[in-house]
Amino acid sequence: MTDQARLLPGTAQLLPGTLDLLVLKAVSLGPLHGYGVLLRIGQISGQALLIEQGALYPALFRLVRQGLLQASWGTSDNNRRAKFYELTATGRNRLREETEGWTRLADAMTAVLTAREEEV
Amino acid sequence: MKFLAYFRSLTTKFFHRSEVMDETEEELRAHIQLRADDLERSGLPRAEAERRARIEFGSYEKFREDSHAALGGQSIETFLQDLRFTLRVLRKSPGFVFAAVATLALAIGANSVVFGVMNALVLRPLNVPQSQSLYAIQRGHFNSITESYPDYLDLRDRNRTFDSMAAYDLAAAGLDTGKEITSAWVQEVSGNYFDVLRIQPFLGRFFHRSDERGPNSAPYIVLPWAYWHTHFQNDRGVVGRIVQLNKHPFTILGVAPQGFRGNLSFLSPDFWVPIVNQEQVEGASTLNQRGNRGIFMVLGHLKAGVTPAQATADLNSVGAGLEKSYPKDDAFMTFTLTRPGLAGDWFGGPLKNFLTGIMLLAGLILLAACANLGSLFAARAADRSREVALRLALGSSRKRILRQLFTEAVLISLAGGALGLAGSVVLLRALSTWQPFQTAPLLVPVTPDAKVYALAVVLALLSGLLFGAVPVRQVLRTDPYQIVKAGSGARLGRKITVRDLLLVVQIAICAVLVTSSFVALRGLKRSLDIHFGFDPRNAMLVSTDLSMAGYSGEKATSMQKRLIEALEAIPGVQAAGSVDRPPLHYGANIDTVFTDKTTDLRPANVAAETKLYNVSPEYFAAAGTALLAGRSLTWHDDHNAPFVAIVNQQFAKKLFGSVSSAVGGYFKRPDGTRTQVVGIVEDGKYGSLTEDPQPAMFIPVIQSPTSLTTLIVRSNRDPQQLTAGITRTVHDLDAGLPITIYTWNQELNDAARFASRIATMSLGVLGLMGAMLSITGIFGMAAYSVSKRLRELGIRIALGAQRSEVLQTALGRACKLLAIGSAAGLMLGILASRVLAYIVYQATPRDPLVLTGVVFTMLLIGLFATWIPARRALSIDPLKLLRED
Repeated sequence: MTDQARLLPGTAQLLPGTLDLLVLKAVSLGPLHGYGVLLRIGQISGQALLIEQGALYPALFRLVRQGLLQASWGTSDNNRRAKFYELTATGRNRLREETEGWTRLADAMTAVLTAREEEV
Repeated sequence: MKFLAYFRSLTTKFFHRSEVMDETEEELRAHIQLRADDLERSGLPRAEAERRARIEFGSYEKFREDSHAALGGQSIETFLQDLRFTLRVLRKSPGFVFAAVATLALAIGANSVVFGVMNALVLRPLNVPQSQSLYAIQRGHFNSITESYPDYLDLRDRNRTFDSMAAYDLAAAGLDTGKEITSAWVQEVSGNYFDVLRIQPFLGRFFHRSDERGPNSAPYIVLPWAYWHTHFQNDRGVVGRIVQLNKHPFTILGVAPQGFRGNLSFLSPDFWVPIVNQEQVEGASTLNQRGNRGIFMVLGHLKAGVTPAQATADLNSVGAGLEKSYPKDDAFMTFTLTRPGLAGDWFGGPLKNFLTGIMLLAGLILLAACANLGSLFAARAADRSREVALRLALGSSRKRILRQLFTEAVLISLAGGALGLAGSVVLLRALSTWQPFQTAPLLVPVTPDAKVYALAVVLALLSGLLFGAVPVRQVLRTDPYQIVKAGSGARLGRKITVRDLLLVVQIAICAVLVTSSFVALRGLKRSLDIHFGFDPRNAMLVSTDLSMAGYSGEKATSMQKRLIEALEAIPGVQAAGSVDRPPLHYGANIDTVFTDKTTDLRPANVAAETKLYNVSPEYFAAAGTALLAGRSLTWHDDHNAPFVAIVNQQFAKKLFGSVSSAVGGYFKRPDGTRTQVVGIVEDGKYGSLTEDPQPAMFIPVIQSPTSLTTLIVRSNRDPQQLTAGITRTVHDLDAGLPITIYTWNQELNDAARFASRIATMSLGVLGLMGAMLSITGIFGMAAYSVSKRLRELGIRIALGAQRSEVLQTALGRACKLLAIGSAAGLMLGILASRVLAYIVYQATPRDPLVLTGVVFTMLLIGLFATWIPARRALSIDPLKLLRED
């Protein structure tokens, strides 16, 4: 079963490498547990981005290891023990840099892809 | 920062592994529960909600492992897994593990022993402060390290490049500590010796240059730590004690520190005395004779900033001055520098070459072992191809499988390395206390150090990677579908495989080693039967220095005469005579002679350099040296009679042109004395077994007295009984005379045959190891090929194949490889033997016995190795086999 087969209308496949950026952004809005990160990404993207749930954790752990996130155990809204992630100072810097980079790339891509014959 | 975080997470993971695992699991489970909560809230029953949540989560195990990997330290995790798996797999094949570990242990052990010896003797610097600037000097193109004492003084005082120079000589002396007289090896050193070497006393004080105030002015002894420890039981009260050395009172001044054993790495003197007391220690002094190069070595530290080239130039200019001032005594006064530890190039050079050669051979052994194990591993990998295919089919990566195979290889090689190292440490420690000579204080301090350990570990890892790499291609090529479908035995290689090549190489190496050990063995055997110019059989040597008991000059000669008469009176003794040093003993007197017509007795006009022996008239009969012409010596050839000598054929030819014209002829000694040749004896071996015929002359001891005495006692009696008789006889004459008694053959084994014995022994051990490796290699190959082709062989037998045909099918390939390898090895071995000829007497591979020996050995190896596989091939029961498979 390939990922392609699961794409529903109105959703988009994540570009490789963008998951980390999404996670950083989600967490930057306030400490979250893993499931919460998923919910927030879904919420702010209008459910347009599909993430395989389990795939989130390797990304979270990688970011912790890189020192961009820090984790601590806490209690969820419905009283379940869960691990909460928040951005470190390094993580905040990284998010800013990556956001700029992404914007530049997206602008450039948009410009290229929307180019019309007469503009060339 | 990032690195720190990584490291922290790694260490947490390593030390709290299960904790981390638990935390990850807990977190993932919490996720599923949270999702299930949401789903439940949307109206699903709890059980269904949980099921859905798990499905949505995806492959739990995969993400758990990925998460784990993302946390870092995954390699350790995998490694531990591989390790556990490897141990489990290896436990299932103890025979394979035993063979592999034993093979490696032998090969790595051999390498670390050889390296340990090389490290201790050649690589390790002398244990003295600033040893890198310490040099000994060598003279002339022949690299002699001996000097005369007057020359030493001039070199010391006139050079401008050395901080200072020390000199020393070796001698035997009798030490009387009040309890008994023991013969001791003494290093007679210049007063500044310890100052030049920058050694501080452990106890008491050392003597200094200021203590030297003329002959016999410094009766002092300094003890090495070891001798103090064994002979004086660490008694701090020895300082200031007076002992008798050759019946002269000497004061013990101090004890040297434990690490200092003199400046030779292979010889430990019993103690040090000032060389100005040479007359008391040796019975005679050569300190005033510029032409007598009896000083064993001159050494010193270069001044700071001086290069060896500058020092050589400086010494050469001093030498040129000396040649001019003393034309009679000094010639060839050009100098080179060498390291003092191995006594210069004449000893150190051959030793280094020999050790390098042996090291190379040991390396070959290790290579052969790796080839052997490589093919074993390849066979194992082939047998496990079904397992490999299954793992590949189940989604394992090839990388992971290779990693596991390498873990297996390295684990085995490390086990082998550890075992080999342990063995070599035991062997090296034994070697360190081994005293190969009864007749000299030779000691090989080869205790292993960190370098030896490091080498063993590196070799183990390298060989593990080397033989582990052999099956790599095989694994990479594995096609899981084919193998699972068809079974592993399907492909039968007809073409030449890497394994075949490895086996041939290994057999060739083995054949080289076997050839060289046969050549060495034959050489050694021949050296037992060669014509020495004397007969070492049925002869005992009684070695002593009469000055130890206070005899010197005329007193020594009359004592020798009394000793000979007393020994001849022992029942069963056919003859007894004396000589200062027997031929082929290390250290010999060398003298130069001039023709009778020469009036200008300078070194340039020398007619011949000749060995010089001071003998009693009975010597020739006792030694078994045949008198060819003229008369023998008599006790009447004394100071009142003209100087006479007996010379050998070579001497006669060199000075007089022929044997017949020599008798009655005259020649001159360096001091101008005219000496008449009264008799001619046969040629013999004097310096080494491999030397060309050398001139030698024998002069009556009564005309040139010496206290250095070796009595030769010829008798057919049992050596042990004879030894008792000799000891009693000598002690009846003087109970205080220390003597050492051994058979002449024993003495030859110590001195003349030592190098070839060591060479033969080392080669023999390596050859044996090579043979063992070949046997296991061929056995492995043959057994494997039989087991692979069991079914084919069964069908052939069922179809009526003869036993010989079955054997040929099963073992033909192994035998062919054996033949090719042996032939190649034999050729190489013949080439290699040229090198051996330098050490071993008449080492030649063009010897039918050697050739048949090698061929026979290789055949035996083949027979031995293929015996069990052949039995197995012949005992195949086709019915049973076809039913089962």
